[in-house]
Amino acid sequence: MTFLRQFAARIVGQSIRIFARAITAVRADWQGIEPVPKQRVYFANHTSNGDMPMIWSCLPPAIRRTVRPVAAADYWLKNKLRAFVGPEVFNCVLVDRRPEVKDKPMDKIIAALDEGASLIIFPEGNRNMTDDPLLPFKAGLYNMGVARPEVELVPTWVANLNTIMPKGEVIPLPLICTVTFGSPIHVQDGESKDDFLRRASDALVALAPEDRT
Amino acid sequence: MTETTNDILLLAIGSFGILFALTFVGEVLRAREEPGFVNPVLDTYMTRVQSWWGMVAFVGVALLMGKIGVMVLFAFTSFAALREFLTLTTKAQADHMSLALAFFVVLPLQYFFVGMGWDGLYNVFIPVYAFLLLPIVSALRGNANRFLIRVAETQWGLMIAVFCVSHVPALVTIDVVGYADRSVLLIAFLVMVVQFGDLLEYFFGRRIGRTRIAPGLSPKTWEGVVCGVTCAALIGGLLAWITPFGIFGAMAMAGTASLVGLMGSLVFAAIKRDRGVKDWSHLIPGQGGFVDQLDSVIFAAPIFYHFTKYFYG
Repeated sequence: MTFLRQFAARIVGQSIRIFARAITAVRADWQGIEPVPKQRVYFANHTSNGDMPMIWSCLPPAIRRTVRPVAAADYWLKNKLRAFVGPEVFNCVLVDRRPEVKDKPMDKIIAALDEGASLIIFPEGNRNMTDDPLLPFKAGLYNMGVARPEVELVPTWVANLNTIMPKGEVIPLPLICTVTFGSPIHVQDGESKDDFLRRASDALVALAPEDRT
Repeated sequence: MTETTNDILLLAIGSFGILFALTFVGEVLRAREEPGFVNPVLDTYMTRVQSWWGMVAFVGVALLMGKIGVMVLFAFTSFAALREFLTLTTKAQADHMSLALAFFVVLPLQYFFVGMGWDGLYNVFIPVYAFLLLPIVSALRGNANRFLIRVAETQWGLMIAVFCVSHVPALVTIDVVGYADRSVLLIAFLVMVVQFGDLLEYFFGRRIGRTRIAPGLSPKTWEGVVCGVTCAALIGGLLAWITPFGIFGAMAMAGTASLVGLMGSLVFAAIKRDRGVKDWSHLIPGQGGFVDQLDSVIFAAPIFYHFTKYFYG
C-alpha cells in the first residue's frame, strides 16, 4: 500500500512537472547560484497558488528530491486529494498558522532543516494581491537565518504567474514563466530583524524583470 | 512511392548532407583547438547546427505525412510563437478571457479552416472576426486603463503568430494547374529560400557589411541584405524543379520572399529592442525562441502565398 502510494506520488509529480513545462515553458535562470545540491532556503514572491509547483518543477531532479516547500496546513489538508498532493507529492512541511496550536511552525521548519532538507518558503505569508512588488516579510526568514546560519538563503523570483493564473480565473494562460535564483544572503552579526528583512526583500525585488510595457 | 514523396526525400537528403558538412567542419575545428580551451563562437555555431538537425527532421517528417502533418506542426509552432509574443505584451486581468480565447479557440479554429481549405474564411477570420470580437470580450470586464494598447498588442500577436504563420501551411490549399498534389513542396521551397537567405545575409554582413540599414535596431547592412537576397534568388533558381514557377519565376519569388523576410526581421528587432529583451525565449538552444527562428518566414509567408495565388493559382 505504501509502495503504491509512493508510486502514485511519483506519477502525479511527473505529470505536474510536464504540465507546467508544456503550458508555461517554465525556465530556471540561475543568476546568483549554481544548481547544485546544497542545503538552501529558497524564499520567493507569492502571487498565485501555482508559485510553489512552478519553482518545484524547474529544479533539477537531484535538488527536487531534497527540497520541501513550507505550506499552510489549512490549505493542504482541506480534502483528501490535497492531503495526498501536498505532503506526499511535494513532500511539504505543513505548518499551522493558528496561534492556539502547540506545534509551532518554526519548530517544524528547524526540524526539517536539521534533517538536511532544503526549503521553499514564501516570506510574505499571503498571496500578494496588490500592485506593490512584495508585501512586508514575516519574521520567519530571519528566525531561520539566525537559528541555522550556515544555510544559504536564496532569493527566488517567479515572473508572470500572476498573469498566467490570476486569482478568480479558471483557465491558465500559456505564457512563459521564468524563475530567477539570485545570490544567497545570510543574517549578519548584529543585524536587526527589520534591517535583515528589508535587505532580503530588496534582494528579491532586484531579480524582478523590468516592466517596459 | 509518388513523385512528391520522392522529391521530399531528395530535399531531406540534400539538407542532411549540408548539415553533415557543417557538423563535420565544426568538429574538425573543435578537434584542432587546444584541449581545455572553449571557443564561444564555435560553441554557438555547434548548438545552432544541432538545432538545425532537429528542425530539418521535424519539417521533413511533417511534409512526408502530408496535409495533416503540416497543419499539426504549424499549429504547434503558432502556439509557441503566440506564447512568446503575448508574454511580452501589455495586458490586464480584464483581458484574461480574451487571451484564453486567442490561445484555445482562435488558434485551433484558424488551423481547422486552413486544413479544410476554406480560404474565404481563414483569410478574414483573424483580421475581421477576432479583431472585432476579442476587444468586446475585454471591454465587458470594464477596465479602461490602457485599453487601446492592450487590445492592439493582442491583435498584433494574433496576426503575427497565428494569421501569418498559418499562411505557410495554407500554401497546400492553393490550386495550381498541373501541380495539385505537389503543393507541400511549396512549403519546403519557401522555408528553404528564406532561411538560407537569412544565413547568407548574416555571413556576408559579417564579412563585407559596411552600411547599416537601421543603426539603432540591428547590425544588418545593405551589403549583407543584397548578397542574401541574391543568394536566395539563386537557390530559388536551383530549386525551381520542385515549383510550378519555372526558373526565372522561382528566382523572382525566392528573392521577393527573402527580401520581405529580411525586412520583417528588422520589425521584430524593433519590438525586442523596445521591450528590452535579446531573444523572444530560450526554447531553441542556440537560437533563442521560435519567433527568433521564424521571424523572416512569418513576414514572407502571406506575401508568398498571395503572389503564388495571384500569378499561378
